[in-house]
Order: sequence, then structure tokens, then C-alpha cells
Amino acid sequence: MTTESSSAAGAAAIPAAPAAKRRDSLLWLLNARLAIGLSLITIFIVGSIVLPFFAPADPSLQATYLKNMPMSWEHLLGTNAIGQDIFWFLVFAIRNSLILGVLVGVGVTIISTAVGLSAGYIGGNYERVVMLVVDSFITIPLLPILIILGAVIRGNSSFLTVGAIIVVFGWAWGARTIRSMALSLREREFINMARFSGASTFAIITREIFPYVSAYMVVGFINTILFAVNTEATLAVIGLSKVEVPTLGSIIFWALNYNALFTGNYPWLVAPIVASILLFLGLFLTSTGFNAAFANKRGVA
Amino acid sequence: MGVLQYVAKRVGLYFAVLFIGLTITFLLPRLMPANPIDGYIGQIQARASGALTADDIVQLRANLEQLYGLKGDLFSQYVSYLERVVLHFDFGPSFTYYPQPVSQMIFNALPWTLGLLLIATLVAWLLGNMVGLVAGYFHTKKAATILEVVGILLYPIPYYILAISVILLLAYIFPIFPLSPTFPVGQMTPQKFGMVIYNSLLPALTLVLAGFGWNILSMKALAVATTEEPYVTYARLKGASNWTRMVRYVFRNAMLPQVTALALSLGTVFNGALLTEMLFSYPGVGLIMRTAASGGDYNVLYGAIAISIIAVATAGLVIDLIYPLLDPRIRHK
Repeated sequence: MTTESSSAAGAAAIPAAPAAKRRDSLLWLLNARLAIGLSLITIFIVGSIVLPFFAPADPSLQATYLKNMPMSWEHLLGTNAIGQDIFWFLVFAIRNSLILGVLVGVGVTIISTAVGLSAGYIGGNYERVVMLVVDSFITIPLLPILIILGAVIRGNSSFLTVGAIIVVFGWAWGARTIRSMALSLREREFINMARFSGASTFAIITREIFPYVSAYMVVGFINTILFAVNTEATLAVIGLSKVEVPTLGSIIFWALNYNALFTGNYPWLVAPIVASILLFLGLFLTSTGFNAAFANKRGVA
Repeated sequence: MGVLQYVAKRVGLYFAVLFIGLTITFLLPRLMPANPIDGYIGQIQARASGALTADDIVQLRANLEQLYGLKGDLFSQYVSYLERVVLHFDFGPSFTYYPQPVSQMIFNALPWTLGLLLIATLVAWLLGNMVGLVAGYFHTKKAATILEVVGILLYPIPYYILAISVILLLAYIFPIFPLSPTFPVGQMTPQKFGMVIYNSLLPALTLVLAGFGWNILSMKALAVATTEEPYVTYARLKGASNWTRMVRYVFRNAMLPQVTALALSLGTVFNGALLTEMLFSYPGVGLIMRTAASGGDYNVLYGAIAISIIAVATAGLVIDLIYPLLDPRIRHK
């Protein structure tokens, strides 16, 4: 769906900009961004769906193999100091991080769309109160709160609890953006048209405004995945998430805890860093590429 | 909207943020299934190898509840919590360093955090916006695209990856900086001061790199849009130099949204600073929080969070109050 709309955007925008060369090069850049981003993400998604079926053993079990083996064909990235295969641990880490990110993304997208659309369209005192809460949630530093929650529920928390907490604190940015889009849409002719034709507020929000906002939701959704993976990993790196579950953060937590650098086990630390950077870059390029392509197409930034 | 109205609105938001923030920090841990006092009694019990009787435990529990403000129903706890925090800045004593008061521990660490954070944020903002301005102003030139690519590559990389990569590169592979930096305590001497600066360079570099990418991208987009404005064309036809147009015409206007964005992103920047401190063992609020979190020292955690919220909200308020000085449209409306 995303590739389709980007090429459609390209086709629509080229005749609109006859002056040119510069525009062409910019468009090319946009498509390149989206293309690189999507291909990176596709590799990660396909890899994390397909590869786990071939895993020789549960990678989170300790002492499955000999410790600190070097890279070889049998162990692509070697084994770590607690006898786990680093490659398979990394595969499961990426998979779990992505699952968490998608779940949080769904939750956050639903909440922020509902809050943002209703605030932007209904307006008045309702909007003021909602925006006050939104601005407070944006301003409050999240990490300290996550740290205290992590400390209180440590041990009794499941991996999903961490995700739920991230949802509770992650919806505000999206709500703010969607509200400002709804605000600008509210003034447009076709909305007045619908209102004068007797459509209810609910119908206007769902049938007239929502289609315009839906493309931003895709961008917001991808950004939320980035945010969620990042936040969980941050908590895991300082040991406050469920570190027994392989994630992009917990792998770094264990590597730091066992001083992977001093023991010379570079793949243990470098592999998750490289994987994280590629994943984040892929997500980021996809979201900005899609955003730009969409802005060209509909004229709503 | 006049200046007075602007200020009043902003101060109102400030108090709302403080209130909501403090309420969340009060409520959330109390909604969680685990009770810190049970954990603490469990620790004492283990240390006494099970020698505590049931009576002792009841008394101990009552004492601890009194000490840590957990007595009474939720509402009276809440009222006394707000009263203690807002009026007396009192977070009770620390578990681990009993009876040292939490507020003192945090006030000792706060200058470290604020110093690092202020300098790093300022440098990142200035450098990032300068690079973004050049990239945006000369966006027709190929070389400017390279500057933007730097931003694209840096922006999505999270703090912990940046921190670990910086350690890996500059302390391990090229040992320019110490792997485990030490920060001297006590009276400052010029020599100690130099050591502090030297050891703070890596955490500061991490923070600057993290803030850099976003500023480049956002400033570039703003500068591109501003460069196309008719008044910039007018300035060019008038004969103003490239430099004058870039700085006085484009930057002066494109800077405004960046100031607002800085105020809004302070929470995120602060998160990054806390994390960076933890990874570099830098003696600020972040390190205190980490030690407290692993030792179950809840009062310290509460104090650190409350201070974090107050600090971030206040910094945001200060930036927003400076804003009318930069934007004449608010002053003269």
C-alpha cells in the first residue's frame, strides 16, 4: 500500500512542478528514502518471522553451548559468556522488540487518533482540558517514571506490562499532531458541506476527517514502533525491563554486565548495535519518506 | 494575545504540568501490585535470618509507613505528599543511606546534571541549527545534501547506542578517554576541575550528537521554506549579501519554531541525560536514580522524579518566557 501511494504521489507531483530539475532530484531523494527504509524493514520483518522456525534451540536458555566461542559457520556470531548463541539470540531479540513495537504502536495509534480527532474537531473547553493533559504528558520526563515503575514491579512484571506502560505515556505526541491536522481540516469547505447536509459530529469525524488523517496514522504508527523499541531497550540496558526476554536492549545489558569488551567478545556488543542502528534507520527513513510522499499527494502536511 | 495574556497562559500550563506530574508519580507506584514496604521487611527479615516475630513485623510496618508517608487512606496520603513536596521540599530519608535526607542527596547531584545538560543542549542546538541553516539555505547545491544525510543518519539513533558506540570508539579502540572515568569529590581545585571537564567530554559528546541530528533536519526544512519567502527575494534584489540574507533574514525567522521545539523536547533531552549519566557513571541525578532503583530506595526515586519534573517544567517555562523577546509578533499584538 505504501509503495503504491508513493509512486502515485510521484506521478501526481511531476506535472505540477514544471520548473524542475531541483524538484526532480528532490523527488528522487524522497523515493530513495522510502525505498531504502522499506527494504531495510522488510529484511528485518521477514527475518524475524521466518528465521525463528530454524532455531536449533531456545536462545534464551543459558549454557546451551560452550562459552565465548569465536565466529564460525556453526555459530555465525560466536557464543557469549553465558553459553548462548549470539546470532540466534539477536534474531529473537529483533523479533521480540518488533512485536512489542507493533503492539504498542497499535495501542498508541488508537488512543492518539481518538483523542486528537475529538479535541481538534469538538474544540471548546473539552479541547483546552485535553491539550493541557497532552502538553503535560509531553513535558514530563518519561524515563524517571519508567525507572520507578520498573523498580517497583521488577520480578512480577511481564514483558507486556512494560509495553502497556509505554502506551500510557506514549500517546501524547501523536494526539498533538493529529489535533492540529483536524484543526486545519475543520475549516475546509467539504466539512461545512457535510455539516449542512446534516451529518452528525461522529459521522463527520469518521467519514470526512479520518481518511485525511489515516496516512499520518501510518507515519505515527511507524514512529511509535521506533519509540517503543527504543524505550524498552533503554530500560533493558539499565536492567529495569524483563532482561531474561531477548530484546535489542537486553542483549546489550548482558554484554555490558559480562564485560564483553574486556573479554574481547566484540560480536556480542557490536552486532546488536549494528542491528539496532539499521532497524532504527529503516523505520525512520520509511516514516519520513512516506510522510513526504503523502504531503505531495494530498497537500496536507 | 498580548504579552501578559501569553505569560499568564504559560504560567498556568506550568502549574498544570507540575500538578499532573506529581500526581502521576504519586499514584502510579501505588497502583502497582508490589508493595515496597513488603520488600523492605523481606530484606530485613532475610538479614535477621527469620528471627523477627509477627509482632515485630507489625510494629516495623507501622514505623515504616509513618516514616515513608504511607499511612492512612489514599487521599490523605496524597494531601500530605503534596504538602511535604510543595511546601517543604521534603522527601523523607533515604533507605540506603539512612538517615541522610533525600533532598540533600539530590541537591548535591543536581548541579552536575544541569551543568552537563545545559552546555550539551546549547552546543547541540547552536551547531545543529547552524548546519541545518547552511543545508537549507543552500539546498540547491549538492554538497548541502551531504549535511542533511549526516542528520538523517544521526537522528534515529538512540542515546544508549550513541553512548556505547562513543565508549567503544574513543575509550576502547582509540583510548583517548578513560574507560571508567572517576569524578573527584570535595573542594574544587583547578586541577580537579580540569579532570572533571576531561571526564565529562564523552558524556557531553553523546548528548551533543543525539541533539544534533534532529536540529539539522528540522532547521533544514524550516530554512528551505523561509528561503522561498518573497522578503528574502526582495533582500537579494536589494543587494544584501548571502551572509546577511542567511543570518538576518532566514535564520531570524526560522529560529522561532526551533525555540518552541526546544522547550517541548526538554523532557526527552532530560531522559537522554539521565541515561547517559548512568552509562558513564557520571555523578548526577541519573546515577543516583540508577543506584536507588537497583537498591529499592523508593524515597530517593520519588525525590529524583519530582525534582526532574520540576526542573524540566521550569526550564520549559523559562524558554517560553524568553520567547516574546525573540518574536516581536507576540510583543506588539
